[in-house]
Order: sequence, then structure tokens, then C-alpha cells
Amino acid sequence: MGSPMGARERLKSFFQARYNLGGLGELVTHKTVPVHGHSLWYYLGGTTLVLVAVQILSGLLLLLYYRPSVGEAHESVRLIMTKVEFGWLVRSVHAWAANMAILSAFIHMASAFFLKAYRPPRELTWVTGCLLFFLLMGFGFTGYLLPWNTLSFFATKVGTEIASSVPVIGKVLSTFLRGGADVGDATLSRFFWFHIAALPVCLFFLLGAHLMMVQLQGMSRPLSVRSERAMPFIPNFLLRDLAAWSVMLGIVLALSAYYPATVGEKADPFAPTPAGIEPEWYFLWMFQTLKFFPGHILGLEGELVAIVAMGLAGLVLILVPWLDRPAARGQAHWLAWLAGFLTVFYMIGMTVYAKWFIARH
Amino acid sequence: MWPAVSAWAAPLNTCAECHEMLEGQTRGPAALFQVDVHSKRGLTCADCHGGDPAAQDPTLSMALEKGFVGRPARQDIPGFCARCHADPAFMRRFNPNLPTDQYAKYLTSQHGKANAAGDEDVAVCTSCHGVHGIRSAKDPLSPVYATNIPGTCAVCHTDADLMKRHGLPVNQHWDYAHSVHGQALLVAGDRGAPHCASCHGSHEASKPGAIAVGNVCAQCHSLSRDLFAASPHKMVHEALGLPECEVCHGNHAIQKTSDEMLGTGPESFCARCHEPGSKGFETAQAMRAAVEDLKARIQGAEESIQRAHHFGMDMEDAEYTLHEASSRLTQTRAYVHSFSIEKVKSVAGEGLAHADEARKAGEKAVEEVYFRRKGLWVTVALLGIFVLALIAKIRSMDKKGPTHSG
Repeated sequence: MGSPMGARERLKSFFQARYNLGGLGELVTHKTVPVHGHSLWYYLGGTTLVLVAVQILSGLLLLLYYRPSVGEAHESVRLIMTKVEFGWLVRSVHAWAANMAILSAFIHMASAFFLKAYRPPRELTWVTGCLLFFLLMGFGFTGYLLPWNTLSFFATKVGTEIASSVPVIGKVLSTFLRGGADVGDATLSRFFWFHIAALPVCLFFLLGAHLMMVQLQGMSRPLSVRSERAMPFIPNFLLRDLAAWSVMLGIVLALSAYYPATVGEKADPFAPTPAGIEPEWYFLWMFQTLKFFPGHILGLEGELVAIVAMGLAGLVLILVPWLDRPAARGQAHWLAWLAGFLTVFYMIGMTVYAKWFIARH
Repeated sequence: MWPAVSAWAAPLNTCAECHEMLEGQTRGPAALFQVDVHSKRGLTCADCHGGDPAAQDPTLSMALEKGFVGRPARQDIPGFCARCHADPAFMRRFNPNLPTDQYAKYLTSQHGKANAAGDEDVAVCTSCHGVHGIRSAKDPLSPVYATNIPGTCAVCHTDADLMKRHGLPVNQHWDYAHSVHGQALLVAGDRGAPHCASCHGSHEASKPGAIAVGNVCAQCHSLSRDLFAASPHKMVHEALGLPECEVCHGNHAIQKTSDEMLGTGPESFCARCHEPGSKGFETAQAMRAAVEDLKARIQGAEESIQRAHHFGMDMEDAEYTLHEASSRLTQTRAYVHSFSIEKVKSVAGEGLAHADEARKAGEKAVEEVYFRRKGLWVTVALLGIFVLALIAKIRSMDKKGPTHSG
């Protein structure tokens, strides 16, 4: 028996003798993390990543018992929550980590925006980040239906109905999402497929590209920071990341223990739409925007205008690195800051208003 | 087919043409008949009243030689209607589902017997169904539609002068309207709730009679009636000529039952007959105690499940068990009519078992919540130690040289 160090060295030399690991080792160890007053925001990427990892692990465990059919989905989720040992924990962690991941990704994105981390040469890091955020929302939308309860059923019905308002491809998109004219068994199978197959494949490549770019280019330094101080990512920042992840894990576990995920009533497609139907909280601002839109604007369907407007807003978000030209020149323009502030204020305001409105009615 | 024939035949119906031009009472039938079920089936005035609707001259159209019978005397109306309604072969042409024994039943009813005896006050077909504007009993506008029946009967049975002549009370409709049955039918609109005809019959309307009361109630309350029939009370009621269910529950003014009716308390019905210290008195006390015990256990189980719900636990299985316990409580209340403490305790015992099972499930769920929280705090403590160790390691590294210029 050799010492641990000896074993590590032997393992390293085993691989070194067979593969040229010099470049890989350099890629992993060369990264540094700037040290300044805004360093706190650097942790959000890592927490989002670890929450996604928790999602994958807990999702894999849920697959052991979940059955994606109208006749069995709700029953299997109830089985997981009531009979399977620690099934309640796995599902609750899955549900809470999903919400936390979206929140963490949103804050990560907002901090990247306000610190102008998207400026050259990191435009594509921003683009992949935006796409990853949309992907997480896609995971949320498709996962919401899987327990097949009343709330998720009708929310999906409304959600896929909204999709049919998309210009030109609306009807095709709605039928594609639903797997037919209405939300039913085919929709559940399809959403399950999106949730555990199609979206994860996209996630794998997008996340890989995003992380590779961060690894290759390192962390962005805010415009206002003149100091060149930095710390090595491994081990200095990684240990800090580990501490942050542990805190995050503790929060997810506490939420799961105190507020376990609910199962709800099994969906009845023939029942009238109950009052108080609402999507997941991160879609609420869009939901409320749609409700506020008038029926007709300049002779066009109000819903159509709203969908196009939100689609364009998403596109503008992706194109921010090219739209904020002063940032590319190393200047912070007040207009970009105001646009970002108003957007975040609008999203939070609409979400709060929608929650208040639903609670009141 | 019939509407087409009717439309084709309409110009030849001189009855309607003339009566529509008349004023007053004689104009009425022509207007009312438009909505009449007979009209809708293609029948015309002449099908009941005879005559020749094709003749333009009134003396010819209403000639006795043409079979004109005119307006039948009130006493003759049942027989007048029965010409068709007691003829199965004829009725089959229009509505094979409609019974043809109404007239036979009517002859056996209080109304029919009095009518045959020449009493002109009593109800005949038109008293309830109307005349010329007769609608199907399934039509909500019909006076014999389920929710309209009490009001239809009340037309006569709340007429003080009329009822006085026959020595009948006039409070039945008032009592019924305020009873549990009346509230269900007239207020909640539950067409399954009993109305006058449900107990008295419609065409065969009569008083149920003391012995038949139980059978009338048993149409809906079959278990209670069966238990009563096998109980010692049955013989006593028969011997004394008491009207079974009515003795405790009343008739038209039947109120929603309460557990206070059972036992030996001030509102108890049992104590009205059973003296303190008697076997019946003790049985009443024991039955009430069994009901109260089950209620208390169910309440305990509900609170237990509610508590688990409060912690976010899924309690569907326990709720189903609790539902079973509640069903047994309902059964126990029905089994009271056996007046056997053994039978009551047997059913209540099943309820107690279900209630206890539900309560334990609630308690177990709450225990599970505390177990989860303990597990959480142990995990958080371990994570805390891990984080502290990391902080210590980070500080020691920072002391050696935390950062460097890039």
C-alpha cells in the first residue's frame, strides 16, 4: 500500500503514459477569477450549474417509478410521494431545485447584463447563456404537466393554446406540442419526451459550449473595475464555490422538508376549467401581459401582437452584445442600464401583480 | 309524419278558425291548444270533441250526427279522457311508454271514489293537468312536473272552504314546504326528492294508512324500514295501530334528523315512551353513546389528517379510510332503527376501526414530518461543518497568498 499522494501520482502517470493530458491540465488550471467588489455575482453561474446537476440526478431517480401515461402518471407520482422510500425527498428536491435553478439563472443573467459581461469577446457566451435560460424554462413548462393534475393540465391547455397564436406556424406548433388537437395522452408522452430526451440533449451541447467558453476566456471583469487582482479558479474559487453550493443544497433540502411538493387532484379533461389556473411563477409575467393586452390592436389580434412582441423581446435579449455598441467600446451607456432596469422591474412587478390578482380572486 | 298531416289538415280545422274569432272563455281553447301535447302529436279538437272540422257551417260542424260531444260534464271528464288513455292499442300509436292504467287507478283513489259518488269538488284529470294547454309531465311548465306538483295539489288542498266541506286540514302544503323533503325539492330543485304523489300516489291518490306508512317511506329509506320491520317496535306499532315511521318523524312536516332525537336527552324521541330504568331507555342511551363515540373518533381522525395536511403531507389514502368511517356513521344512524344495541355497535365498530386507522395514518404522517425535519437538521449540521471546514481551508490559503495580479 502506497501513500495517497503516491497513488495519485501513479494514476496520473498511468494516463499520462497513454494520453497527452498536458493541454487538458492547462485548460483546467489556467483559469483565474477576478477579485473585486462585484465578485459575489460570479457564484451564480456555479449555483445554477449545481442545481441543474441536482435536477439531473433527482430526475434519474424519479424515472425509476414515474409512468408517462394519462392512466398512470398521477398515480405513479402519488406512489413516489407516499410509498417509495425517500420518494417525497427526491421529488421535492427535483421540484424545488427546478425553481431555484430558474431563479439562479435569472439572477446570473441579470448580473451578466448589468456588469456587461456580454461585451466582446464573450458575445457567444451570452448567446448560449440566453438559450440555456430559455431551455430551463422549457424544462419547467414540460415538467409541469407530468404529474397530470388539474392545475398542470389546464395550465398546459392554456399554454399550448397561446402557442397557436404564433404567426404562421401557430397551429402547427400547437398541434406539434399537443400531439393532436387537444391536451391528452399524446401530449403527456410528448412532454415527457421533451423533458427527458430532447431538451437534455440540447442542454448537454449548449451547456458544454457555455462552460467551454467560460473556461477558455475566463471570467469577465466589469468596466468599472480597474484592478487586475485575481485568484486561481482551482483551488481558491472552487472551494468558495463548494461552500456556496453546500448552502444552496441546504436551502433546497430545507424547502423540500418544510414545503414538500404537492400532488394535487388528478386532471379530469372533461371537467370545466377551474378558477385560479396559473402557470409556474416564472411564466406569470408573460401570462399577465397577455391578459392585459386588448383584444385588438390596429386591426390585429391582441394576443398575436403580444406573442410577436415577446418573441422580439427574446430576440433583442440574445442580440444585446451587438445592440449595446458603447459596451463593446468599453463604455457604459445609461440607456442600456435603463432598459435592463425597466425590464427587470416590469417582470418582477407583473409577477407580483399576477400573484396578488390570483390570490384575490 | 304527423306534423306534416297536421299542417296539411290545418286549413280544414274550422273549430280553431271560428273559436279564434270569438271573445271570452270560448276563445281560450283555440289559443291554449297551440302548446298542448295533443296538438303536437297531431290531434285536433275533433279527436276529443267530435264533430266535423271540415264543415264551414257551425250547425253542421257541431252536429250531433257528426259525433259532436261538446264540453263534457266535470264528473265525466275522467271517462272522457280514458276513451283514449285507457286504450293501449290507441296510445301505442302516439306514446307507447305512457301507461294506460291511470283511469283504473283513478277509480280507486279518494278523488275517483268521491267523483263516482257525485262529489263535484274533487279533482278530475283537468284539475291537475290543465285543459287544452296540457303539457307532458316532463315539461317544466307542466303543473304535474315534479317541482310543480306540491303547488298543483295545494290549489285545492289549501282552499279552506273547499277542505272544510270535506273535513280535511289545509296545512299540508305549508308543512311540506318547510320539511326536509320540501326544501330539497322546492328550494334545492332536487327532482329526486319526494313530493305529494311520491307518498300518496298520483292518479290513485289516497291516504297511505297507518300500516302502509312504512312501505311508503321504504321506497327511499329501505334499510331503515327493513331494520324497523325486524325490530320489536314493529309488533307494538301494529298492535297499537301506530303509523310506524310517522310516530317519530311526522308526515308532511318531516324535519332533517339529528342525533338529539336519539337517546334520553330533552329532545329525544325515545324517552317519550321509554321510562328511565327500562330496557328501552338503556338501549336508547347505549345507541346514542355508540353514535357519539364514533362521531368523536371521526372528528379526532379528521383533526389528525388536517394536521398532516397542514404539513403538506399527501393524505388521500387516509381520507378514503375516513370516508369509510363516515359511511359507517351514516349506516349506524340507520341501524338505530333496529333498536338493537348489538347491531348498532357492530356497524359502529367497523366505523371506529376505520376512524382509528385514519387517525393513526395522520399521526404517522406527522411523525414522518418530524423525522424529516430531524433528518434535515442533521444534514444541515453536516453541511455546516463542511462549509466551516472549507472556510478554514480558504482562509489558510488566503494567508499564503489569496490573489495575484492577472
